[in-house]
Order: sequence, then structure tokens, then C-alpha cells
Amino acid sequence: MSAGTAKIAVRVAEVVDVNELVKRFKFVRRDGGEMPTFSGGAHTVVEMRDGATTRLNPYSLMSDPGDRSAFTISVRRDDEGRGGSLFMHNKVKPGDEMVISYPVNLFSLDLRARKHLMFAGGIGITPFLAQIKQLSHAGGNFELHYSVRTAALGSYVDELTTAHPDRVHIYYDDKKQAIDLATLLDGQPLGTHIYVCGPKGMIDWVRNTALDHGWPETAVHYEEFLAPQSGKPFEVELAKSGKTITVGEHQSLLEAIEAAGVDAPYLCRGGACGQCETDVIAHEGKFIHNDHWLTEDQRTGCNKIMPCVSRFEGRRLVLDR
Amino acid sequence: MTLQFNDETFTGDYTFRNSKEAIRRFPFPFHEDSYMYSVNLEPHKPGPKGSAYEHRFDVDEHYLSEMKDRARVLNDDPLRCQSLPHMDLAGWDTLELIMTSKAEDYPDLFELHRDGNRWRWVNKPMAIDQSFTFLDTSTLPCGPMEYILRQTQGDFAILDHRENNLWMDAGMVTTQADWSLDFDIGMNFMEWHAPVPLAHQLGVFERALKFLLNLQQGAPVRRLNWTMTVNPNLDTSPENYHKWGPEKTTITPENVGEKQHLRVELQTLWRLPRSNALLFPIRCYLIRLEDLVTVPKWGRRLHRVLRDLPVELATYKGFIRNRPVIVEYLSQFDDGAPTSPGCFPD
Repeated sequence: MSAGTAKIAVRVAEVVDVNELVKRFKFVRRDGGEMPTFSGGAHTVVEMRDGATTRLNPYSLMSDPGDRSAFTISVRRDDEGRGGSLFMHNKVKPGDEMVISYPVNLFSLDLRARKHLMFAGGIGITPFLAQIKQLSHAGGNFELHYSVRTAALGSYVDELTTAHPDRVHIYYDDKKQAIDLATLLDGQPLGTHIYVCGPKGMIDWVRNTALDHGWPETAVHYEEFLAPQSGKPFEVELAKSGKTITVGEHQSLLEAIEAAGVDAPYLCRGGACGQCETDVIAHEGKFIHNDHWLTEDQRTGCNKIMPCVSRFEGRRLVLDR
Repeated sequence: MTLQFNDETFTGDYTFRNSKEAIRRFPFPFHEDSYMYSVNLEPHKPGPKGSAYEHRFDVDEHYLSEMKDRARVLNDDPLRCQSLPHMDLAGWDTLELIMTSKAEDYPDLFELHRDGNRWRWVNKPMAIDQSFTFLDTSTLPCGPMEYILRQTQGDFAILDHRENNLWMDAGMVTTQADWSLDFDIGMNFMEWHAPVPLAHQLGVFERALKFLLNLQQGAPVRRLNWTMTVNPNLDTSPENYHKWGPEKTTITPENVGEKQHLRVELQTLWRLPRSNALLFPIRCYLIRLEDLVTVPKWGRRLHRVLRDLPVELATYKGFIRNRPVIVEYLSQFDDGAPTSPGCFPD
């Protein structure tokens, strides 16, 4: 199968400052047509042409899944990151033409659930905004617990509490408010599913606490996009295409493969979906596996790598690509 | 497009016939002179004009008669159509996909008029004109999946995507090659494929599942599957095996060309947008051997494929008993000449 995803040519219709750290971007189709519908929890991969560098970053869709007129995403500025969010914040203006992918959902609602219990931290709120809109139309039963640093940085807090005063609970870090997770997990009706999206620490906390409380693993859903890590440059031989490439310090292996004009499959670009899994033909050195896709056996076997987030340190690496 | 619909039966007197055009466009499944399981998926992009792949959902000369046969089977056995409670949204996805595709691909046969959620669907061949509210089941005579699939050729399974697996949680199945929705409902991908021989050892299902879990919206795929069926019987179901199973014993060297059919399934897979489920249409095409051999390449090739097929596969596909007669018949049409690559006629 061919690599990549179906693409949509879009125009930036609107850029809105949500707060000091977050901007919202609205995309409409350049051809004037309708956007595809999607399911709450889906993301789109935004292509950023930043001079000679192309970045492809995934962002959760936050708009109403039933609204065919536009897609919206929210981007939190990360001054320490590899530059994708800074590009979106500093360079992208209304009227710009961009390319985004069709929606892909790696964080979908389990529609069998009698109740959807949601935990969001910071910018992790975005997939829930779409899920809540989807559930509201269908009369679904949900409850959101949303942790933010301060009132000023609480993206979409007002919108959520106004629309769903009885279902949305906000916790402010600066007021030392914390989600009482143990109590919440103890009192849920049978058939409840848990969803968590936020910083890694929060995801681990919710997953582990639920596990300790005897929740079935299959009733606990989480979305964690891993950003590709920077690291020392390294060289890679691509056996099939007969090329040797260098992966830059702030570049992912996948990005370097793409920059060399080699078609490689991907979906999430965050180490979660498994689509970019690549066979290792030979290596002398050590792998830095950053994904949560490969099994422990595959890692110790040193015969697979997820080029979207993982790196290599050593003398030689040959990939089947 | 001028499409003449046949008036024909798939049971009793079996008056089903393929026209010359239908023979020519038959989706012959063998691209070479042998067959083994593989993950043979390709993008479901529009194929050659006039072929079964030209449109997203093929409508052919058997449409009206197939819909009558479907209504008969559903009337006799309502469990051929099932949808677990959480699959309602996927049912609307299915209705939306089929209505929008058919109205675009066959504007002379189908119309869809949309004003927000107020929709009007016109199916001219079936003389249906239905106004309804999208996502409001009370405005249709039955559930959305059942409604549209009573007007669409082919079986459909809808697969819920969760727990890194696919679950057969809804569908309508009346033209199947000996499998049962009522038996498989609620099963996951590995469970419902458990009876298939050899393919598990080849790792086919692990690879196929991994691929399908990543199937994307806007990028449907297709594959062909095949078996052999005695008489043009669409409903070769386990539930009715006592009716069609014994027909296998009626094959003789004299009637094999007329009674024995190659049965091909055009299977497509679609990511459904609102529910994130997968839609799995399984469209059945039948062709009698004496019609098939009118395409010389197909006669040669089918002879070689069936002659050399492993015993396990001939057994699983249910024609081991009649294989000698079938192969003997087909051998008359195989002069040993080489065949060209690909499935299409020369």
C-alpha cells in the first residue's frame, strides 16, 4: 500500500489567540467543498513548509464532528520544542494555504459505554471538545474533569462550563485544586469507560490508579502523542532505495527519510499507531526506542524501529526502506 | 448509461443468467495460473470503465432480482440482519456513504437531496422516494443500516474498532459463501477467521488485522475472494445448508458446465467517519462455467488453478467432491497455451 494519508488542500480561515500560550486555527477547503465528517478524538496531520524544512505534526480536531464547513485545531506554543508549534504561532496567518491529512482516530469513544468519564490536562482538552460535541448531539452520558494551571490559561473552560454546567468540573493548579481520582474511580456505574489526555504524568497516574482499583484495561483509553526527541545526528543506509542519509539533530528519522525523497508510510507520527514500523537489516550500535508500539521482544531483538520518534547511536544502521 | 435489469430467480427454477456484457465484466479473480492465500489488498480506486470496479458500489443487471431475493431471505429469517445497540451511528455512516456514492456515480438511477439534516432519497429502479431526517431513526421505516442495505447489492458486515481488534457487531448477510452473521455476531477478527485453513500458519490474519486497524478515511481498499457454487444460489448459508448442500450431488459430466458456478466476492473495506467503525461490503458475482470459458484466457487459467489447488482449500471451499468432474470439463478449454498476466480478458 502506498504511504501516507489522503490529503486535503486547505486555507487558513481564522487564527484566534485563545490565551497567552494557545492559538486556534480554522481550516476550510480551498476548493470550497465540504470537509469530511469525523469521529470525536480524531486528529489531523498538518504539513508545515518552513523554508527548507517540512514538518508534519498531528493535532486533535476540536470542532464539531458533524460540522462540514471547517476543521479547527488548537496549538500550544512550546518554546523548547522542535519548532512546529512556533511555526504555527509565528508564521501561519489567515489566508495561508496549507495541506492537512484526512482525520485519523486513535482515541475514539467506546460507543458501548454507559458513561464516558473524561480526564483532561491542559492542551489535552482538545480531543474531548469534539467528543463532547458528538455525545451531546446523541444524548450521551459523559463527565469531564479538566485540570488547568490558572484561570487565564484554562483553554475553553468558559465554553465548557456554560454549555455543560453539571457535567464539567474544573481544577486550578494555582489554587491547589486536584482531581480526587480515587473517589471518582470508586463510584462509577457499571459500563463506565475512562478517557485521559494530557501530560505523560497525568496519563500514567490515571491509568495506574484505575488499574489499582481493578478497572479492566480495556475500559481505560488514553491518547499520548510523543513528540520526536532531538539527539545526536546519525547516518542511515536505506537498502531498498540505495541511499545514505544523515538524520539531523532536530530532525526525526522519518523526516530525514522523507527529505531524501523516499516514500515511507506513517499515520500518527507519534509512536502510537505502528504504521511506520521499519525492519532493521544491520546495525552496530544502540537504538533509542521512544515509541509505545514495539514489544519488549522486538526491542531486544533489535530488528524493528519506529522512525517517527526513535533514534540510533552507533557506527552503522541499515534499514529495509 | 442504459442498464436493463433482469427478471430472474436465485432459487427454485434458477432462471439467473448473465448477459454477454455481464460475462465480459465479470470480476475474474485469478491474476496468474495458481492460487494461494495472500493479503491481496489494493486501493479501491475507480477501475476501467464498464468494469465491476468502475464505481464505489457496483450496480448491475441483477440489481432488482437480487433485492427481491434479499427480501425473501430476510422474510424467512430476520436474524440475517442484526445490529448491536452501539452500532446505530455506524448504520447512519453506512447509509450516508452508500446514498452519496450512488447518487454521484449513478445520477440517472439515484438522487439524494440534502438540506441540513432533512434528506430526500430517490431510488428510481425500486420506485422509492423517501424523505427523512438524517440521524433520526424514527423518520425511516426501519433502522438506517437495514433501510439502505435492502436497496444495495452485496452482504455487509460492520466492524467496530476497539481494543486493537475489529468486532463484527452489525451486518446484513443474505448472499454468503457458507458463513453466518447470527453465529459470528459479536466475534472479533481472529475468532471469525478461526475456521480458515492454512492462512493462520502463514500469518495472513495478523498482517491483515494490523493493516485494517490503520485503514484510513478516504482511502478504501478492495480484494477478491472466490469459491465454487452449484446452481446460481446467492443464499448458500449454513442455516439453509440442508437445502443447497445436497445439490452438490447433482453434478454430472453432462451438466457441470451449466450448473457449476464460479462465485466471486468483491470485498471492499471503508473507514466510516462518524463511528470510526469499518464497513465491509462483500459483493457476490456468479458465473456458470460454460459462460466463463467463452473468455479463452479464463477457461485455461481456471482449469490450471483448480487442478493444482491444495486439497485443504478445495475442501474448505466445499467442492472437493466435484473437483474431478470440474477439472475434466475445464481441461477441454485448456490447450496449454501461455496466459497473459492480470485478470482481465485479452
